[in-house]
Amino acid sequence: MSATEEPQKLYASREPVFPKRVSGRFRNLKWVIMIVTLGIYYVTPWIRWDRGPNLPDQAVLLDLGGRRFFFFWIEIWPHEFYFVAGLLIMAGLGLFLFTSALGRVWCGYSCPQTVWTDLFFTVERWIEGDRNARLRLWRQGWDFHKIRLRLTKYIVWLLIAVATGGAWVFYFADAPTLFIQLVTGQAAFVAYTTIGILTFTTFVFGGFMREQVCIYMCPWPRIQAAMMDEDTITVAYRDWRGEPRGKGKDRENLGDCIDCNACVNVCPVGIDIRDGQQLECITCALCIDACDDIMAKVGKPRGLIDYMALTDEANERAGNQKKSVWKHIFRLRTIIYTVLWSAIGVGLTVLLFIRSDIDVTVAPVRNPQFVMLSDGSIRNTYDVRIRNMTHENSVFEITLVSDQPLQIELEGQENNTVEVPVDSTLLQRVYVIAPAGSAAADENLTNFRFWVEDLSTETRTYQDTTFFGRDLE
Amino acid sequence: MTEDKNKHPEEQVLMEGDPDTTGHSWDGIKEFNNPLPRWWLWTFYACIVWGIGYTVLYPAWPLINGATPGMLGFSTRANVADEIQRFDDMNADIRQRITEVELAAINPTDNPDLYNYAIQGGAATFATWCSQCHGSGAAGVQASGYPNLLDDDWLWGGTIDEVHYTISHGIRNEDDLNARYSEMTAFEGILTEEEIGAVVQYVRNISGQEHDGALVELGGQVFYDNCAACHMDDGTGDQFLGAPNLTDAIWLYGGSEDAIEYTVRNARFGVMPPWSADASEVGRLSEAEVRSVAVYVHSLGGGQ
Ligand code: SF4
Ligand code: SF4
Repeated sequence: MSATEEPQKLYASREPVFPKRVSGRFRNLKWVIMIVTLGIYYVTPWIRWDRGPNLPDQAVLLDLGGRRFFFFWIEIWPHEFYFVAGLLIMAGLGLFLFTSALGRVWCGYSCPQTVWTDLFFTVERWIEGDRNARLRLWRQGWDFHKIRLRLTKYIVWLLIAVATGGAWVFYFADAPTLFIQLVTGQAAFVAYTTIGILTFTTFVFGGFMREQVCIYMCPWPRIQAAMMDEDTITVAYRDWRGEPRGKGKDRENLGDCIDCNACVNVCPVGIDIRDGQQLECITCALCIDACDDIMAKVGKPRGLIDYMALTDEANERAGNQKKSVWKHIFRLRTIIYTVLWSAIGVGLTVLLFIRSDIDVTVAPVRNPQFVMLSDGSIRNTYDVRIRNMTHENSVFEITLVSDQPLQIELEGQENNTVEVPVDSTLLQRVYVIAPAGSAAADENLTNFRFWVEDLSTETRTYQDTTFFGRDLE
Repeated sequence: MTEDKNKHPEEQVLMEGDPDTTGHSWDGIKEFNNPLPRWWLWTFYACIVWGIGYTVLYPAWPLINGATPGMLGFSTRANVADEIQRFDDMNADIRQRITEVELAAINPTDNPDLYNYAIQGGAATFATWCSQCHGSGAAGVQASGYPNLLDDDWLWGGTIDEVHYTISHGIRNEDDLNARYSEMTAFEGILTEEEIGAVVQYVRNISGQEHDGALVELGGQVFYDNCAACHMDDGTGDQFLGAPNLTDAIWLYGGSEDAIEYTVRNARFGVMPPWSADASEVGRLSEAEVRSVAVYVHSLGGGQ
């Protein structure tokens, strides 16, 4: 334990980070992912999808008021929420799979925090210049030049932030209508507050907090360690090849690392990957690009900093054959994740195709279990809920099938039919009567089946339930 | 700290550039004493400021008689009162209309909105005021003689108007002059023991239950002389008098020999308070509420 002379500071102020521009294969990949993810995010609410006259024509719509989720041709009702739960589980398992195979790829490439911070960096570089210019600007005092640059930067950031918060609310209402309402000041209060909050978080997280979010606020870096093992591919430095590092011309006794700090200068979280794997590293791979560039210039093979697994490290040190990437990726752990992920995916898809446009749930009224009528017959009551998920008003006929002489009556309806308006549910009270002295009236339990048929499309569905008798035994 | 894989954690040494440790060691694992980011400290201060502001603005500090009220005058109680008022205002129109239309017109076809409101509101009112006797499921309590409202047997009539009248004025109470009224005679001492036994058998007979055939003739005579005035010659009862139908399968106080005999000897009848605030001083419900309950009860399967 190193004894310190002066007492340690309890609080550290943040070291600002000025990542340098870099180009290379991983940077290009990040550009593509940034364009695709941001594109999806901003454009999706504006895609139209015709569902007929009674339903919204927005391809992706979370209609909270109407309690519907529209996704292209799929419409999810509240009672089908397990689809959403299933998708969330798949997202979780997918994240586990990618993390156990490729480490923090989520962090490095597609986390909104990373993508928006990257976008904000791009703006910053465009307005204030690259690393050195920004460093100079940061050190210098406030003058007109600095104020102008800072203001321009903040304004552009703010515009992006507003667009980000704005795009979010379009998922919850008809986008073109809401846009006009927003502009004319007629949108709901909650729309403005949502935009306000998201604008604020985007602006602050992307512009100022940046790597602080990842290091101190986000739980994911703490969790992901549980998914990683020695076969997980992550960004690492080949110190056995690079060390001893040195700037000298005479490379006789030096490793490949020329200590140019290129890898440090591009790092968005401001660390030195040559110190080994660190909690702060989001594996964005920009240091790989930077170093590859240098290696090309000094005429050495690429990959002094590279994607590799812990086992590779040990193998290479010992001079052994490297394991192929596929061996790292396909191992028991990732296969289990993949199997689970696909099982849920297949299950959901099958469910999606076999679900019908009408749905019925029967809740027997058990308070009281039965009522005796004046002629001695026994009556049970059922709350039958019919969901009409077709796109038209429909008339449904409720019938029952039983080997007992059970009769059916609908409260408030003349015959056994009831109309359910388009895209809504209806609760119908249904009476089932067993004549006096019949087996169903005198036995404890009789099973039977309700059938509900949409008379226009002739689709039908059923629900099994039980009839309570007097139980004379 | 760069780890040396070949070393036991106990032996891990701090490297140059590593922060100090806290001095704690658990099974050889030491904890770095990393400084907290300063902005985090500031969020902590900000929370304290927020907390002070909050306790000044909102009700917070408990005192002996309640809490400090806070400068904004916020009160959840007042909020609830406002909320109730808001809903009352929203419902004022529909409550008015419920009292204006014919009772029979409050049905799903003619006035679906009124019907829907009456069913929901009536159910809530029923749960509050009626369920104590009639049960939360409206099935009554036979042991205490609280009638089942779900079946098709009505003492005082099962049309919506009769149900409404019963709820408004109640039964055998002294608070409302228009209450339903009738009273059975206790026949203990009026009829001989033999006659009582016989009339019980007769009632068992007309309701289709097991009985002693030898006593039916005498019982019929006793019934005709003493009971038919209210229960009618054929025993089907009279809803105008609240005299129950004795021929059906439903018994308010039970249809066993013992139960019937007890009723003949001692007479039995129930009471019900008047609910309409318009009809009597003790009434608790507005006309709209009485009507809603009537529609609700009528919809439970027994309505006629
Ligand atoms: S640490 Fe958290 S916020 Fe940062 S990139 Fe990873 S998941 Fe995103
Ligand atoms: S060390 Fe390399 S991979 Fe890790 S965050 Fe920095 S630049 Fe990205």
